[in-house]
Amino acid sequence: MSADAASLPDPLACWFARRGWQPHPHQWAMLETAAQGRSALLTAPTGGGKTLAGFLPTLAELIAQPREGLHTLYIAPLKALTQDIHRNLTDPVAEMDAPVALETRTGDTPQHKRQRQRRQPPNILLTTPESLALMLSYPDAGEVFGGLRTVVIDELHALAGTKRGDLLALDLARLDRLAPGVRRVGLSATVARPDELMAWLSATGTDDGRVARIDGGNGPEPGLEILSTREYLPWAGHMAVHALGEVYERIKAADTALVFVNTRAQAEIVFQELWRLNEDALPIALHHGSLAIEQRRKVEAAMARGALRGVVATSSLDLGIDWGAIDLVVQIGAPKGVSRLLQRVGRANHRLDAPSRALLVPANRFEVLECHAAVHAVRQGTLDGEPLKPGGLDVLCQHILGMACAGPVEPDELYHEVRHAQPYRGLARDDFDDCFAFADHGGYALKGYRRYRRLQHDEQDRYRVTSIPDAQRYRMNVGTIVEAPTLAVQLRKGRTLGEVEEFFAQHLTPGDTFVFGGEMLRFERIVGLTAEVTRAKGADAPKVPAYIGGKLPLSTHLAERVRGILEDRLAWRELPEPVAQWLGIQGWRSAVPGREGLLVETFPRNEVHYLVAYCFEGRNAHQTLGMLLTRRMERMGLQPLGFVGTDYVLGVWSVKPPGTAEIETLFERDILGDDLEEWMAESSMLRRTFRNVGLVAGLIDRQVPGREKSGKQVTVSSELIYDTLRKHDPGHVLLRATRQEAAAGLTDVARLDQMLARVQAKIRVHHLERISPLAVPVLLEIGREQVHGEAEEALLAESADDLIAEAAAPELDQASLPLD
Amino acid sequence: MPPVHAQDAPASPAVIRLNGVELHPDPAGVLVWPARRTLVVADLHLEKGSACTRRGAGTLPPHDSTATLESLAAALDRHRPETVICLGDSFHDPDAAERLDDADAERLRSLTARAHWVWIAGNHDPDPTPAFGGTVRRELHEGGLVFRHIARPDAHPAGEVSGHYHPKAKVRLRGRTVRRPCFVHDGRRLVLPAFGAYTGGLNVHAPAFREVFTGGFHAHVLGPATVYAFPGTRLSP
Repeated sequence: MSADAASLPDPLACWFARRGWQPHPHQWAMLETAAQGRSALLTAPTGGGKTLAGFLPTLAELIAQPREGLHTLYIAPLKALTQDIHRNLTDPVAEMDAPVALETRTGDTPQHKRQRQRRQPPNILLTTPESLALMLSYPDAGEVFGGLRTVVIDELHALAGTKRGDLLALDLARLDRLAPGVRRVGLSATVARPDELMAWLSATGTDDGRVARIDGGNGPEPGLEILSTREYLPWAGHMAVHALGEVYERIKAADTALVFVNTRAQAEIVFQELWRLNEDALPIALHHGSLAIEQRRKVEAAMARGALRGVVATSSLDLGIDWGAIDLVVQIGAPKGVSRLLQRVGRANHRLDAPSRALLVPANRFEVLECHAAVHAVRQGTLDGEPLKPGGLDVLCQHILGMACAGPVEPDELYHEVRHAQPYRGLARDDFDDCFAFADHGGYALKGYRRYRRLQHDEQDRYRVTSIPDAQRYRMNVGTIVEAPTLAVQLRKGRTLGEVEEFFAQHLTPGDTFVFGGEMLRFERIVGLTAEVTRAKGADAPKVPAYIGGKLPLSTHLAERVRGILEDRLAWRELPEPVAQWLGIQGWRSAVPGREGLLVETFPRNEVHYLVAYCFEGRNAHQTLGMLLTRRMERMGLQPLGFVGTDYVLGVWSVKPPGTAEIETLFERDILGDDLEEWMAESSMLRRTFRNVGLVAGLIDRQVPGREKSGKQVTVSSELIYDTLRKHDPGHVLLRATRQEAAAGLTDVARLDQMLARVQAKIRVHHLERISPLAVPVLLEIGREQVHGEAEEALLAESADDLIAEAAAPELDQASLPLD
Repeated sequence: MPPVHAQDAPASPAVIRLNGVELHPDPAGVLVWPARRTLVVADLHLEKGSACTRRGAGTLPPHDSTATLESLAAALDRHRPETVICLGDSFHDPDAAERLDDADAERLRSLTARAHWVWIAGNHDPDPTPAFGGTVRRELHEGGLVFRHIARPDAHPAGEVSGHYHPKAKVRLRGRTVRRPCFVHDGRRLVLPAFGAYTGGLNVHAPAFREVFTGGFHAHVLGPATVYAFPGTRLSP
């Protein structure tokens, strides 16, 4: 097919012509690759006509050759996105008078409609990875998908490398068997490693050159501004309350502003504070994942109508849905990653030709550095490029069971099939066999247990699920999204406002007040799975919501750039005065950390000895390192008392001061050996990870037919199972999956290992007489993480002032010492 | 990190006085009656794992019986009792005994051979099998104490020792919450924590305990090496 209008079927060409539009070059390219039967990866910024590009070939084919049955499957990470695309496609299809049947299918689709869809599938089905997995678990999957020509995967960058992506990759491998040669089209934001996504899309699971790469360009560079506040720039904290007056002015000056925050706690505080400032009664709303779904829908609808001037949102609004008129994006707190920032900034002016406008609002001094690093990265067009992780074994366990629900499974064949999925390209046969054994009978060391097998096998050594309850169980628990156990928040004798993590609710005592959904609530009691609340009266200050939700660690790429800024004194010129001064004083009081090596400071304070390491490896890695260092310090007789890790720095305190030689020993790479094993096994982090792995693999249920199991019960039993399994079956596949997941995620061991390798023999130890300016923020975090309740705010402020005075120790000192 | 210290952790073994009898709650979750060289344990729930698996609740790891019996053997090693009383629900269901694999069955036999062994009937095992040794009783009256599976609010409370409820205590310590199995008692009645590897728990402030302990109560919360005593009023619901 050549790239001219003649190659579009008439109705489609006329539709473009009526609008006075021309297809974008990348849209032509998509038509061309489709004509060649090739799969394609289209990378383009938000608003680049990506989705239409994905569907153009399908529309062209269906118009040229109308047919029955499923032609194209569209898969998106969000239900809302499938509905959005459905709306956006329905009108053009009607205007073209095209013979195209178009439907969505998600968890919300009524049962009768789902059944009908399996008997008579539409031409285009818009769905989610979980719904696809479910459809593939039925014996009629061959008939439903046999004629499938194209799979379009939207927001591929948000799926690849996650467990949902793993499941989807396995399902694509199955689709390739049901409909050989089916084309895969990936739509993605611009990414650092497109070759990885091409491998992900390829039917062989490798970058084999068969997937066409179509570049939709980068769009105009977004206009990024970092707020230099008129107010006093805080040393620590994440709420940026100091700057909200200025943020409010910007919202007032804009038509519609999206205010992104990093955590739900931030969302509540920022929303509350903005309303306190909202003298003009601007319609400002709140959107986060814990709010009741009806409430979120209301906000989204108001947004779409253009009835709002501002929305405070968490990552619940990160993806795809087109809001139209947003002309300002505000990022409160540091962005944590470049790709994430671009995604968020792209929400403003969802159009290719107009640059987005965004304001970054750092909440503390380190965040100022991080914001500057992010802006440099955007200007230079570099992105976070964490490599894709190998597929999770728990997801594989689930998939095996699903395939055995659909029909007889021959292990050799299935092994061959799953290795065509990129995340499982390097899957060892032993691992596969263990997963298979798990799906079958649990795969425990105890052989006698095999009498409880779930899979029946026939003479040809083929296995299948024959029990209806087992199949039902699988289908009710399909998917890899594991939420923390939550409790509903309900007004006494009133409506449900949303939900909070059980963990958070447990810390509340009757009478405690907290802010939720923009309201001040008084906690009354827990009844079953509900936290009963009333509206708090009077103007008492709320207890700060401690529920975290969505704390992402600093990306490696951004961390490198922050170290780069620190090292490059010329770059300090563009920093706000207080920050440049802060670094300057740090320079003569101690040293400024740089790109190379690792700066470690020690100093006494209040009869305790502090060790502060400037690692810049993100909160998770620092927490892990803190656990390991304190264990080792314990053995050295240093009597460690505690530690705290931020995204930038690790601080440890002990009764005895560590010397230089001891510090070098502390940071040796072998710290990731036995100590790590031992700690991982005992840590509650592993228990939580095990719970998630157990839920995904099907060891424990989220839902049992006929009865809902509360999150609480799951927590208890998964812990008991973990303890028993670890003691009696330490090599079990689910324990291996747990360690694998923890190493990459919560503990970030991989990142820690890279850092330790990098800094060997390059550790600069500075023994100081008192705290250095750069160490102040991490010491302030100590107060934050340990003290609770109301009186503590005062305590905190008091100690904060103390520390800062001590560290900055006025100009007098500065003058008496040569500045370089 | 330093361990969480409970300030009132006793240095010598904790003591519960029940109807004038001195009893020692052991951190492993067993009760020791030194004067009679007797060890009491509740709710072993042997083969709970396979029972859940058979019911179709996933293929749970089958090692729970092994784990439970090994811990019990360790407790016997430490205390060398002459008598062992199992307070019921020793077997998770009537078929559990048949499902024990050979190694676990042997473990159990060698345990019952080490002491005068009494199986009290429970609601899960109304008819516990004497096949592994030991004698079976509904209740046992001994030296001012009465041992039964479920506390009987209608009966005279003095000296009643029971299991069944799997009591657990929730303690708040500087913002963190700890939930552990515990012994609960009010000087007249005592409820033991569940000993089985897969047994969950019920908060001591749950309504079920209100009938058993009509006044105040104390809890001895299990720690790794010692038990911590708390008045019921210090525990969270």
